[in-house]
Amino acid sequence: MRRFALIAIPYAWLMALFLVPFLIVFKISLSDIALAIPPYTPTMKDGFGALIAGLDFENFVFLTTDSLYFKAYLSSLQIALISTSLTLLVGYPIAYAMARAPQEWRATLMMLVILPFWTSFLIRVYAWMGILSNEGFLNQILLWSGVISTPLTILNTDTAVYIGIVYTYLPFMILPIYAALDRMDDSLIEAAEDLGCSRMSAFWLVTIPLSKNGIIAGCFLVFIPALGEFVIPSLLGGSDTLMIGKILFEEFFNNRDWPVASAVAVVLLLILIVPIVLFQRNQQKQAEAEA
Amino acid sequence: MKRLSAFNVTSLTLGFAFLYLPMLLLVVYSFNDSRLVTVWAGFSTKWYGELLRDESFLDAALVTLQVAVISSTIATVLGTMAAYVLVNGGRFFGRTLFSGMIYAPLVMPEVITGLSLLLLFIGIGLDRGVLTIVLAHTTFSMCFVSVVVSSRLVSFDRSLEEAALDLGCSRFDAFRLVTLPIIAPAVISGWLLAFTLSLDDLVIASFVAGPSATTLPIKIWSSVRLGVTPEINALSTLMIGVVAVGVITASLISKRTALRVQRDARAAERTA
Repeated sequence: MRRFALIAIPYAWLMALFLVPFLIVFKISLSDIALAIPPYTPTMKDGFGALIAGLDFENFVFLTTDSLYFKAYLSSLQIALISTSLTLLVGYPIAYAMARAPQEWRATLMMLVILPFWTSFLIRVYAWMGILSNEGFLNQILLWSGVISTPLTILNTDTAVYIGIVYTYLPFMILPIYAALDRMDDSLIEAAEDLGCSRMSAFWLVTIPLSKNGIIAGCFLVFIPALGEFVIPSLLGGSDTLMIGKILFEEFFNNRDWPVASAVAVVLLLILIVPIVLFQRNQQKQAEAEA
Repeated sequence: MKRLSAFNVTSLTLGFAFLYLPMLLLVVYSFNDSRLVTVWAGFSTKWYGELLRDESFLDAALVTLQVAVISSTIATVLGTMAAYVLVNGGRFFGRTLFSGMIYAPLVMPEVITGLSLLLLFIGIGLDRGVLTIVLAHTTFSMCFVSVVVSSRLVSFDRSLEEAALDLGCSRFDAFRLVTLPIIAPAVISGWLLAFTLSLDDLVIASFVAGPSATTLPIKIWSSVRLGVTPEINALSTLMIGVVAVGVITASLISKRTALRVQRDARAAERTA
């Protein structure tokens, strides 16, 4: 009896507040917009038969006819890919240096990487608004040092979005890579060097392959949330920065088109399934390799 | 002792400068006398005064704390139960679905979670307010708690619990007296994680909050959309300060506990 309750309570909670809501989104994505409360048709009040009969794939067809959505999905993928690569480029040297640091520093370095994660995400994105704006800190420094003569426009462009994503998701990239490098046996590098490898080729042939799982995990941890990101493109991006999270939000709140917003959500989820499954597989492989 | 090469020192310095300079600038500019946030006009604490006089910030902060405390506490109970079921529950009907529902919210984009919960609340006619935010936050943070706790439970030696059962404990007492104290650090970090996630959440709260309840992130969002303001800089500084003090204290405490455990272990070895 107790065992039943132990399983049933969290199970029922997740069914009611995770699975059912998602089924509702799916159902509404097949409905039509209506001038009513709630603003879609058919609803449960119409009876089950009419409900099923009233559903169609019109909204999904609409998504394919309006090029805005296709562009938004593509540009979300592009922004997520580029910023994931940039995060890897910035994060790898940091993780590498952390793993080479003396043992007694490592706990402190770890804490310093994790600390920003505990501070508000919104505030960390907001901090860049003051740095990147035309009169912002970065332009002031560059003008003062004579590198540029007219202020650079960075805020409200895709560049600002890349910077924002790299900045906020950097800990997610550093930690798994650091974990992989930390486990690595240093004598392998020495062996490679003894056998005639240069330091550079020892790095490419030994260190990188051994940290591969950490790199893959870090990339997925950045790529997956970056794809549906809303706050960063809204605050740092321009009006022409198309990201699907932003489109969904606007479709829902500004256009009040719930069926299309739901269809956008369903498609976003379908796109995400591939990287999520790949990520799970990588994690499983890693767990098996350790066992 | 191993010494760091110049390259590694450079990447650490640049990396941490990148992570911390933006926040440092916020802190510095919160003490700027000028309303023009980019021009330094001397030291002043007047924006903190302005901030404290604005009651809507205080109200939002109270709502946020209330939501965070309630939702993270329920999430910790539910998440620990879920972790226990996943690790020790054996086979039961729908186990795959259950573990799927635990892991899916971790990677679900916030806009989708928010949208789906809002549609549910409207569908069942639940008024949007503090209650709906608590329900939403509990749902996604219980999954994080469950992942943290189950990673600890996996390495937990079950024979300890079996010994307690053999010695006449009921299942619940065995959990309360043996398992729980051992997994307590993971449960506490799960609670802290849930608490932080709730404090931090903007997107899901914007969907499910409704006009009657405004959380701090929603309040911050509505003012930063229009640009940088010194009041928000002051508020950010306060929030960064609280987090920094909290995290540093927590790490000092855990360091000290680790040292004590080590010392006790050594003492036990000597007496043995």
